[in-house]
Amino acid sequence: MIIATGKSSLIDEMKVQSGQNPAECYQCAKCSAACPVTAAMDLLPHQVIRYLQLGLEEDLLKSKTPWICASCFTCAARCPRDLDLARMMEGIRLSMLRRREGNKFGPADLTPEQLEKLPQQALVSGFRKYNK
Amino acid sequence: MRYRYFPGCTLKGQAKSMEDTAMAAAAALGIELIELDEWQCCGAVYPLYEDELISLLSPVRTLAAAAGEPLVSLCSACHHVLKRAQELMQRNQDARHKVTDFLEVEYSGEGRVLHFLEVLRDDLGFDKLTEMIKKPLEGRKVAAYYGCLLLRPSKVMQFDDPENPTIMEDLLKTLGAEVVKSPYRTECCGAYLSVTEEGVASDTVARIIDSARQAGAEALITACPLCRYNLENCSREDGKEPIKVYYFSELLAEAMGLPGESTGADGSKEEVAQR
Repeated sequence: MIIATGKSSLIDEMKVQSGQNPAECYQCAKCSAACPVTAAMDLLPHQVIRYLQLGLEEDLLKSKTPWICASCFTCAARCPRDLDLARMMEGIRLSMLRRREGNKFGPADLTPEQLEKLPQQALVSGFRKYNK
Repeated sequence: MRYRYFPGCTLKGQAKSMEDTAMAAAAALGIELIELDEWQCCGAVYPLYEDELISLLSPVRTLAAAAGEPLVSLCSACHHVLKRAQELMQRNQDARHKVTDFLEVEYSGEGRVLHFLEVLRDDLGFDKLTEMIKKPLEGRKVAAYYGCLLLRPSKVMQFDDPENPTIMEDLLKTLGAEVVKSPYRTECCGAYLSVTEEGVASDTVARIIDSARQAGAEALITACPLCRYNLENCSREDGKEPIKVYYFSELLAEAMGLPGESTGADGSKEEVAQR
């Protein structure tokens, strides 16, 4: 059973820093239909917003979904409520990186083959998204 | 036509062929691209939380260095970051004061921030470009692959229709190619997930390649080095004829009859080995 606590520092901070209010979502799930990487997610994009509405911060911070989100902005482009879910996903990631787990991925995690092959853009964007 | 030019890291490394061919085409078209002095990486991704000001220092320094002159990039990601950083500087006075005070620069959001494709479409005009096409790409079935960063968020990027863009198809038409429209042309390639979740990027890439192939394309064009990397390196072996991936500028230079042949998939791998 899901019990909504209604209190979450993550969500309060998110409203300010992302300019997005999850309460405005009416759960049409267009974001989930648009998202190209849902197959690898444990929570669908619209479910992430529902969890935000319910204040289920701890569950969100355990979810794999924010780390699968590639910030492609398709969800925001299709949202009839003009919400930017990519910004909310960034908030969940940053909450993890800043306060909880520390860096998710760093240069030491790269294989020698990756180091040789990956374009500079991939390395910089990967480190930026998975590091403090 | 005079512009300041921001290359970005990858254009000096793995995507050198995009820079070389675009510079050759620009010179032949009378488009002067003057590289900024002492530029640094744009940061590759735009910070989506508005307190992430430190990530804005580099793009805002770049914007300020252009000193009000139009600023052109070739890489989709660089253009995306610069354009969105400019929009934030125009919209959020508090962020602007903090960033410009820290950098000790004057900048209040002025100047046009353009992708080279926009220069070709809006400033030069594809009509004018037609006159410069010496070796049209006749019979070449090419599809445009836009990806994410040029199109979205469309309110800020103002590049083209985010769901039904035409700029790259119009360019291909101008170059004399047989334009193939593929339904997955605005879908994400998986971006930096190829670093951490290669399987996810392989799925996105497979859909894009299959869709282009089914539409009859033999080649794709892109303006993003990471899209090209993923399309070339994350595709699964499926026994079918591989689709060639080019930077838009490679086909532009080729159709204009300029030196600097398109390298295609194999060429880019050679470059990697040399690095």
